[in-house]
Amino acid sequence: MFSTDQLDLRRMLCPLPVIRTQDHIKGMSPGDTLTIVCTDPGVLTDIPTWCRINGHEVTSTEEADYEIKITIQVGAE
Amino acid sequence: MTTLQELAQNPKKKAVALISGGLDSLLAAKVVMEQGVHVEGINFFTGFCVEGHTHAIRNMKKEKPKRNNALWVAEQLGIKLHMIDVIEEYKDVVLNPKHGYGQHLNPCLDCKIFMVNKALAWSWMEENQFDFIITGEVIGQRPKSQRRETMPVIARESGADNRLLRPLCAKNLPETLPEREGWVDRDKLYDFHGRNRKPQMALAEEFGFEDYAQPAGGCCFLTDASYSGKLTDLWNGRGTRDYDIDDIMLLKVGRHLRPRPHFKVIVAREEGENHYLRGYQQQFTMVEAVSHIGPLGAIDGASLSDDDLKLAARIISRYGQGRDAESVIVRITRNGVSTDHEVAPLPSDQIPADWHV
Ligand code: SF4
Repeated sequence: MFSTDQLDLRRMLCPLPVIRTQDHIKGMSPGDTLTIVCTDPGVLTDIPTWCRINGHEVTSTEEADYEIKITIQVGAE
Repeated sequence: MTTLQELAQNPKKKAVALISGGLDSLLAAKVVMEQGVHVEGINFFTGFCVEGHTHAIRNMKKEKPKRNNALWVAEQLGIKLHMIDVIEEYKDVVLNPKHGYGQHLNPCLDCKIFMVNKALAWSWMEENQFDFIITGEVIGQRPKSQRRETMPVIARESGADNRLLRPLCAKNLPETLPEREGWVDRDKLYDFHGRNRKPQMALAEEFGFEDYAQPAGGCCFLTDASYSGKLTDLWNGRGTRDYDIDDIMLLKVGRHLRPRPHFKVIVAREEGENHYLRGYQQQFTMVEAVSHIGPLGAIDGASLSDDDLKLAARIISRYGQGRDAESVIVRITRNGVSTDHEVAPLPSDQIPADWHV
């Protein structure tokens, strides 16, 4: 069974959302998904870059009312 | 860390590179990778990094987000980047630097020692096991922290000693363990020195790197006069030299005015800042015009009297569309309770220049 986690990263400025995402994903397994909710638009570039470097995949990005929701599927290490 | 005997049996050596996001750390890592060493990057987030704040709070609709240079460097190099939050531990470096400050509140030498030491501790962790550390330091590049005399101080006081390799100026320094053991070829390292950036730019071209970051001052906001001034004002206002992450983030948001020693007001400059400040309504007393369009303002201070609130409201309403009106209705929100008040916006000639932090 894959797990689906959520992280509230609102008000955090980059690179903190990336660091919190990185630290949370360390405890997850390949195939799991993590959805992060952020307010710093910097995540729109930083999270995809971080995912590319580390072999994870951004599966969806939603923007509304100053909030950005990004879902990441954890890749195999 | 592995023993020398184990290392001899394992030819692929591992180095951890301090990646700031600038050109020098990019080149230093690349030079060592070219010699067949497995390199991974490490980046420390102190809270003051230019990366973090330049992204910051801006009007989402207007500006295109900027990239994080450390992540960009790692992607260019095709290496992993380990980003580490050191905000709490770094406080002691900022507040009590053994080697003192640079031009402003930048404790560069202590900062370098701290970072190399943290990289060393990380490299020793069981799951990591790295053999040496790389930095992009160049002798003479920075007047305070990158001098011939400070290089051995950083190596010694960080505990890294001869496991600290500076590939861009290694030929100007005594041989280190990676060179002596033949893990890297000293002849293929460099002898850059001084403030001239041309050799780095030529090397970048040789490697095919374009569009790299070249921060003018330093790698963090502590080298910035205005930011350091705001931090000093924060300490003076509170009567104690301390800060937390919200404090250092808020120093990048809005206009800061201190009309009285015991409080200051932070006035948003645009919609993105307005929205960002609103997230702090539990911590601060908030003021916003309701009869006119105007910015949100936060009051940072303790024991606020009615006169203080009124003065703050007059200042904040001065930055809205009601600035020329005789009076403006403002909403003051404290601990979740809002009350409306009529105030006269303060004319700009009644805002002394020294109120601006
Ligand atoms: S500029 Fe800032 S991050 Fe860079 S060495 Fe100095 S104190 Fe450290």
